[in-house]
Amino acid sequence: MPDRNQKFGARGARSNYVAVRSSNLPFSFMAEKRTAAVVLILLAVTAVAFIVSAGIGTMRISPVDVLKVLFGSGQELHATVITQFRLPRMVVGLLVGASLAVAGAILQSMIRNPLASPDIIGITNGASLAAVTFIAMTAGKYGIRWLPLWAIVGGALAAFLIYGLAWKRGVTPLRLVLVGIGLSSALSALTSVMLIASPLVIANQALTWLTGSVYGASWSSVRILLPWTIAGLAAAFILARQVNVQELGDEVAAGLGTRIQHNRFLLLALCVALAGSAVAMAGGIAFIGLMAPHLARKLVGPAFGGVLPASALIGGVLVLLADLAGRTVFAPNEVPAGVFTAAIGAPFFLYLLHKRRTAS
Amino acid sequence: MTKLETRSLTLAYGDQRIIDNLDFTVPEGRITVLIGANGSGKSTLLRSMARLLKPLSGSVLLDGKDIFRSPTKETARKLAILPQGPAAPEGITVLQLVKQGRYPYQSWMQQWSAEDERYVREALEATRMTPFAERAVDALSGGQRQRAWIAMTLAQGTKTVLLDEPTTYLDLTHQIEILDLLFELNEREGRTIVMVLHDINLACRYAHHLVAVKDRGIYAQGEPERIVTAEMIRNVFQLEAHIMNDPIYGTPFCLPSGKGRRLNSKKGMEIAHV
Repeated sequence: MPDRNQKFGARGARSNYVAVRSSNLPFSFMAEKRTAAVVLILLAVTAVAFIVSAGIGTMRISPVDVLKVLFGSGQELHATVITQFRLPRMVVGLLVGASLAVAGAILQSMIRNPLASPDIIGITNGASLAAVTFIAMTAGKYGIRWLPLWAIVGGALAAFLIYGLAWKRGVTPLRLVLVGIGLSSALSALTSVMLIASPLVIANQALTWLTGSVYGASWSSVRILLPWTIAGLAAAFILARQVNVQELGDEVAAGLGTRIQHNRFLLLALCVALAGSAVAMAGGIAFIGLMAPHLARKLVGPAFGGVLPASALIGGVLVLLADLAGRTVFAPNEVPAGVFTAAIGAPFFLYLLHKRRTAS
Repeated sequence: MTKLETRSLTLAYGDQRIIDNLDFTVPEGRITVLIGANGSGKSTLLRSMARLLKPLSGSVLLDGKDIFRSPTKETARKLAILPQGPAAPEGITVLQLVKQGRYPYQSWMQQWSAEDERYVREALEATRMTPFAERAVDALSGGQRQRAWIAMTLAQGTKTVLLDEPTTYLDLTHQIEILDLLFELNEREGRTIVMVLHDINLACRYAHHLVAVKDRGIYAQGEPERIVTAEMIRNVFQLEAHIMNDPIYGTPFCLPSGKGRRLNSKKGMEIAHV
């Protein structure tokens, strides 16, 4: 129940904050009007992108017909195309994008560096190496069913190796990044070795997967991924306070009574679960973990309670649109979604680097 | 009231002992200032008293309980620390920052109680930061930024507040502004304040209790007018100085000897010294 407007700022200025609390509610929090508005707009954008994307392809279906199908009253042909081929792929795209984005948002806050992302900390590379090894070893025989598990295990191994190597009476963000960058390079070198040593057919299959694509996603992919994403986002929501307080720096956070190392471990494990499951389903879709949280912060500010939903929605839409571009721009050829996210992500990364250099 | 004390406290970085076997009790309801040469261990001592650095041996007691064994959240309701040169996240507003001071009282269900709001308002009011509440911290001046951090520390609602060099990097105007603010807080609310300062003259003016840290322990402590002497400055800072009374405030005033332009005759100096 919105309590009343809260004024903190200068006299006469309209406040951005609303306290949500009441004596008969077991919870209370501070809502920012701007954040609420941004999240609603992003939800609308996601919905529009979703409906439009579902209609575009070899068979064009108008948004109205798409809506009819979604509400169960469309033509049978439309329904088949949408629910069998397009929907699962789009849902996986949204989930993958949201997971990568939230993992990136957590890492950026925790490491206090806007350039951090699951790609940099080695989680993605660990997952990739494990997956490519799996594809090469089994010669692609067992299909994708066991791939996710391998990728998550690979990502987790990489993350905990980094964590262990960076440990020296606790883990500092800087050491985590340095060790992460080093290990990432080693892992991607090993992945290259695996690719070179494999027969061409296998290498080709592995390479497509590595670039990152939601091509071929089915309802069973959705069923595998959905629990991870839901659990991950819920955990991120519960841990949002810890993310905020870690972002103030170790000493301030410790002074406020947080158990820093305990929470840092939990948050890192959460990043592994989110990024690992996403990579497992769609390969290394690049730069989502970097771009989405960044754009989210620009829109809603640094409080994690707002960054979380905003970056999840932005990440989801980015992957959705990248995949839409991937299957339409060069049709009938399919281009992995990862190519498009990299095409916008790489310049974005350089822009961030440049901005930081000129700022300091 | 909360009582903060150290018992046979020994602090070390690796093999190097910084503080050795120290017993020290912080006077309640007063302003205590730690002074000492660079590397004397005064900041290390302060950080350890706020449980940010684990001792090699000995303990820090808060109301008789070892703060390294008590639940850290519980400690945070009695004792606040503002570390040296804190860095705010990009774009965070003053209100969002000050709100973090309520962390030790919140849970994930209760993130903004009426009491939280009251403390945050009072902290903003006390630091005169209310007009800047919805501004980004990184867009403020150095003095305002430090006031925002102090407001966060005050929102913690603790009887004891520790500050590590709260005036470093500030120009003189802002240094006085911060020290006046802390002085008022002590006068009005009786909060116990412990801080590290570099400027001995400001330390003498604002401190009820001065602590000179040297050789892994406390060289002297007490009211500034009783302990600050030329000999003490020589031993603690390896500096020759004249100690006079501040002509306006009457507190000890340290005038370092050294080179530089001299407009008075030596005789004039001697008269001043008497």
